[in-house]
Amino acid sequence: MKNKLKLILEDGSIYTGYGFGHDAPAEGEVVFNTGMVGYPETLTDPSYCGQILVFTYPLIGNYGVPPKTIESNLLTRFESDRIQVNGLIVSDYSHEYSHWEAERSLDEWMKEEKIPGIYGLDTRAITRKLREKGTMLGRIVYDNDSIELDSITDPNDRNLAAEVCIKENTFYQKGEKKIILVDCGVKNNIIRAFLGRNISVLRVPHDFDVLSVDCDGIVLSNGPGDPKSCTITIENTKRAMSENIPILGICLGSQILALASGADTYKLKYGHRSHNQPVNEAGTRRCYITSQNHGYAIDSETLSEDWREWFTNDNDGTNEGIIHISKPFFGAQFHPEASPGPDDTEFIFDMFVRALK
Amino acid sequence: MIKKGKPKKVLILGSGALQIGQAGEFDYSGSQAIKALKEDGIKTVLINPNIATIQTSEQLADQVYFLPIRSEFVEKVIEKEKPDGILLGFGGQTALNTGVELYDKKIFEKHNVKVLGTTVDTIKDTEDRFLFAERVRVAGLKSAISKTVHTVDEAIEAANEIGFPVMVRIAYALGGLGSGIVENEEELKDKTRRAFSFTNQILIEESLYGWKEVEYEIVRDKYNNCITVCNMENVDPMGIHTGDSVVVAPVQTLSASENFKLRSIGIKLIRHLGIIGECNIQYALSPTEDDYRIIEVNARLSRSSALASKATGYPLAFVATKLALDYNLNEIENIITKETSSCFEPALDYIVLKFPRWDLQKFRQVSTELGSEMKSVGEVMAIGRTFEEVLQKAIRMLDINMNGFTANDELESPNLEESIAKPTDKRIFFLSKAFVKGYSIEKIHQLSKIDKWFLYKMKNIVDQMKAVEGKILKDIDFETLLSLKRSGYSDKQISLLTNSKEYEVRAKRKELNIIPCVKQIDTLAAEYPAQTNYLYMTYNGEIDDIETGEDNQVMVLGGGAYRIGSSVEFDWCCVNAAQTLEHHGYKSIMVNYNPETVSTDHDTCYKLYFEEMSLERVLDIYEREFPQGVVVSMGGQIPNNLAVKLHKLGVKILGTSPEQIDNAENRHKFSRILDEYEIDQPEWEELTDLKSAKEFCMRVTYPVLIRPSYVLSGAAMSIVLNEDELENYLIKASDISKEHPVVISKFITDAREIEVDAVSDRGELFCYAISEHVENAGVHSGDATIVFPPQRTYLETMRRVKLITKQIAKALEITGPFNIQFIAKDNDVKVIECNLRASRSFPFVSKVLKINFIDIATTLMIDEKPPVFSKSSFDLDYVGVKASQFSFTRLKGSDPVTGVEMSSTGEVACLGDDFNEAFLKSVLSTGFRVPKKGVLLSTGSPKEKAEILDDLRKLQKRGIYFYGTKGTADFYNQYGLNVEILKRPFDKSEPSILSYLSDGKIDMVINIPKTAEKVELDSDYIIRRRAVDLNIPLITNIQIAKRFMKSLEHFSEETLEIKSWGEYN
Repeated sequence: MKNKLKLILEDGSIYTGYGFGHDAPAEGEVVFNTGMVGYPETLTDPSYCGQILVFTYPLIGNYGVPPKTIESNLLTRFESDRIQVNGLIVSDYSHEYSHWEAERSLDEWMKEEKIPGIYGLDTRAITRKLREKGTMLGRIVYDNDSIELDSITDPNDRNLAAEVCIKENTFYQKGEKKIILVDCGVKNNIIRAFLGRNISVLRVPHDFDVLSVDCDGIVLSNGPGDPKSCTITIENTKRAMSENIPILGICLGSQILALASGADTYKLKYGHRSHNQPVNEAGTRRCYITSQNHGYAIDSETLSEDWREWFTNDNDGTNEGIIHISKPFFGAQFHPEASPGPDDTEFIFDMFVRALK
Repeated sequence: MIKKGKPKKVLILGSGALQIGQAGEFDYSGSQAIKALKEDGIKTVLINPNIATIQTSEQLADQVYFLPIRSEFVEKVIEKEKPDGILLGFGGQTALNTGVELYDKKIFEKHNVKVLGTTVDTIKDTEDRFLFAERVRVAGLKSAISKTVHTVDEAIEAANEIGFPVMVRIAYALGGLGSGIVENEEELKDKTRRAFSFTNQILIEESLYGWKEVEYEIVRDKYNNCITVCNMENVDPMGIHTGDSVVVAPVQTLSASENFKLRSIGIKLIRHLGIIGECNIQYALSPTEDDYRIIEVNARLSRSSALASKATGYPLAFVATKLALDYNLNEIENIITKETSSCFEPALDYIVLKFPRWDLQKFRQVSTELGSEMKSVGEVMAIGRTFEEVLQKAIRMLDINMNGFTANDELESPNLEESIAKPTDKRIFFLSKAFVKGYSIEKIHQLSKIDKWFLYKMKNIVDQMKAVEGKILKDIDFETLLSLKRSGYSDKQISLLTNSKEYEVRAKRKELNIIPCVKQIDTLAAEYPAQTNYLYMTYNGEIDDIETGEDNQVMVLGGGAYRIGSSVEFDWCCVNAAQTLEHHGYKSIMVNYNPETVSTDHDTCYKLYFEEMSLERVLDIYEREFPQGVVVSMGGQIPNNLAVKLHKLGVKILGTSPEQIDNAENRHKFSRILDEYEIDQPEWEELTDLKSAKEFCMRVTYPVLIRPSYVLSGAAMSIVLNEDELENYLIKASDISKEHPVVISKFITDAREIEVDAVSDRGELFCYAISEHVENAGVHSGDATIVFPPQRTYLETMRRVKLITKQIAKALEITGPFNIQFIAKDNDVKVIECNLRASRSFPFVSKVLKINFIDIATTLMIDEKPPVFSKSSFDLDYVGVKASQFSFTRLKGSDPVTGVEMSSTGEVACLGDDFNEAFLKSVLSTGFRVPKKGVLLSTGSPKEKAEILDDLRKLQKRGIYFYGTKGTADFYNQYGLNVEILKRPFDKSEPSILSYLSDGKIDMVINIPKTAEKVELDSDYIIRRRAVDLNIPLITNIQIAKRFMKSLEHFSEETLEIKSWGEYN
């Protein structure tokens, strides 16, 4: 007999399905992602830390999970060293998989990493609910467990970036030029993007004093949670800005850059989590398809005189990037490193590399 | 938003008749293009002889020309209409080729016509194999390595360079020798040696056998914004034409890195090529390592793009048109969400599966094996949320008497392994059988090369069957039943497995509250609110997306998969019915599952259920939506067949009562009614043994027409000339018995067939159109050339036909559309068949007469008053001729003759000031060319030979040279006609027919088979086949031959009038 589990949302709605992966309850902020492919990359994206993830694409697990091969000290097929979500919700889990690269099933991987999952429930209905009511907290429980919600803590109240970032500096040696990568929950592909451009990367924890080491530029990484809780990183960024060091912020990093510049951020109703977000580049006729994963956004109304809105979301008009009018400060709300997702905006790395000191 | 500097008047080329490889999808894309242009205030001119399409309806293009899509005719239309822009990408290969020809002749330049969207030079780069490979190489990308060779030695050298196994491609597949893979030098030598005996050039290509086949639909605007709208994966790997492959969207077995890599490659190439608008790119992807090849790019709307549009909800053709007008992608509204722009890549939260529909049993001599040449005539698309669900739904949608992946009548296979390894139209059922027999996944994968993921899913379906098979329904618990339904099991399948009745399964699941839910297709996986009316049902969900059960709804059942005998004509009827309903304030609910149609376009109806038309699913929708009634008379035979069953379950059917539908469908009941009204019919009887069959035939005298109720070996309906043939047929082909009776009727020779399309109001004939066949009786009405109004039918016959039509309308209390077929000889009129639904010829007569019969029928069915009109066919000062399009060229080996079984895949119709002009335009529209050099004659019986003697004489005077087989030439020579004798194929000596055909000395073949029904590989077959393979016009019917020559006496290609539809008054 299949093991029944329930997903309970903050508003009391209940969805019943069958368990896979690790057999245990879980809790977190329930969010949905509309990407149709790329679960190994998505599940290991540190920006999902503290969340229960709903895949809107119903068939998940089809091509198994690739092996943990390492190159330049990074897992080649994953975005961090572990599954970052607290739980996974899918419609039709594929018990059997097929791919030449695959080494084990999604179920086996989740068991190893102690992450529970539920399949066989109406993921579209859950998505619609989250869209209408906004992101909610939720819990995965056994079928016969009592339904209680009061005790869930909002992971956004914590400094999640501090939890997921690297604890000690790591150096990835490549060419002459070097950037400091402030890890707030960085995806491996950001590091790969620089190594691939022959730039050495010094990866540092979120609170590292970026002015204590020489560098040609600073990258503020993506990461989970509310940017306003990254107070030390914001302070460090302000100091770096006053030194005119080239800075690139990605996702959470872009929000940190905005906060450091004096602008404000706010929480979106249900965020952008997908591979198909169109963004328009200001002053051009160009529109790019981007991979995104964020629950907060920059309030472009609050940008100071020297800053311009660089990109906007073509669907809802929200800010997707900021740029300084004279200094080499760039922020992209989307993920130019893709993985998973389209690589239309990889040119941002090229731009930044050209701007390095 | 209106674009500055855009053209004022745009010419759109359609795709002509439906044929294999080019079907209804172009009606859909062309219609969207016209709507997109009109929205911008641009005048539109359309050339398309396919009269049954929506795009040629009066409310769409400003001017419609029913003319051949050929450069000569297009140029004349350009001269007349003076458009300043032209769209070439919306009429399939036909429009594209014609456009390239016009460009090369500098016609566009001469008349200042701008080619909108992708330039012709880019089109050429994608069309030419070698140019394309070069562009791919320059872009730094990979295409399959391929070398042209002219000798065996060159072939060996090329193969060694590429590495075995290699694919050997031979342009003309003759004598069973086709393209194929060779494993080693010996095989290569053998194959190429044989190939070079009849060709001087072959292609050696690297073998991609077993690689995954993946497609992306890519859109690019002139500002270099580029997106991929949909990706699709073929379940059948490389080797089977994608049109003949089972396809899923989105891709299922690709990792994210593979997927996004192919996306980037596609975008890179499309930018490099400079395509503006829409295109399709096909890849082969290695199943064992990180490697790929680009197979081809189609720089136009295609079958795949129509599928992608329906799969995602993204209006590709509409957007492509706007991009051709220089719009930026994000300036175009997403017409599904109404909130976002068209610059996005749809996210699906469901899976779709396309299954091709074949009709190979309709053809003689054709191989059922699938390969690089497309053979299917239509397709279905199933939407659901598990692979199991969509596969089973799709199989049922094919309407081939299969219940799903399991629970079917078992197919016999002498060698199951071979049936899996060598794909045919039936392979899916052999796969099922292999799972039932316990073949391992590994073994089936080795045989079929189908990715194991798909096989695991198929095995799930079989495992579920095994778990419940033999149990009784009562013992099936909730969880099991739910899991079966989630895997796409129909109530009927479950009833077959549990030895119960379908209605019992339905009752049980409803009691357990297992009912499907209604989901929307919204392009963004529910991320944004959408007002979409595009719906499907699934058991893999619990909550409906929409409120169901609104007031004032009426349901229209569509036509299902296009197949021989039922295609775009019924879609036209359904769309018109929906429009009429909307016009009268009803909310129309369309049910259909054919991705090639306009009826499944988002703006055709109030709600679209892209769903099965099974009794189960139609009831599910009905019980959810509670419409005021259901229209079953527009979509052809599928809805017609459901009428009685639905009616018995309390569903309100609009129009003629289902009991009367049954009275017309049931041969015995209908015959009795005719007798009652003293309406004559050919003598017939239903027979269950050979002896009584012989007695009946003796009595009515031969020839007779036989229709079996059960078919053994491909032969279906047939004309039988004598007792030997009868015996042969009944024993070999139809296994006559009490269980399998045959209907035999007297076949009347030298008679004329007449059709009536009519609409009746509560038993009173409201309007009607009488048309006649050009061919004598014996050619299926779907293959016949039809002329309207009739040109040769006696007034007395017409009067009697009308009288009988009135009587039948009264007898069957008809309200709505119906069609009667008559046979007439010397004013003696007999009824052959009556259908109480719209027929294939409704759009034809409606458009010729300019009175919309479907609008009238629908209006009457909802008890409203149709407009009064005072026009009859006698008032027409012009003539319409409808001609059939055959796809014999595509079906290698098939015998290109017509008979009592329908074999045409499409049709055209043209208007002319007289019969001859309309006829000539029509046949030219099906690809005929007027002969300039020589005509080969082989003209059947002496009577038939004599029949065309005068016409041949006149043609000879006009400088046409004749060749003939010995018998034919001798016959004509004695009457003073000069006919040169050529040797038949089996004579093996020169001067021979075959070499004259190949050398281009003959540009028309008139080959009249002596008997239409005998299946044999004789020399006539070889002549016909060669003519078709070389694209030489072939006439196999004596009345057509005669009419064609008569037309040439009065018209040439140059003197045909270029008049728009509107100019015929």
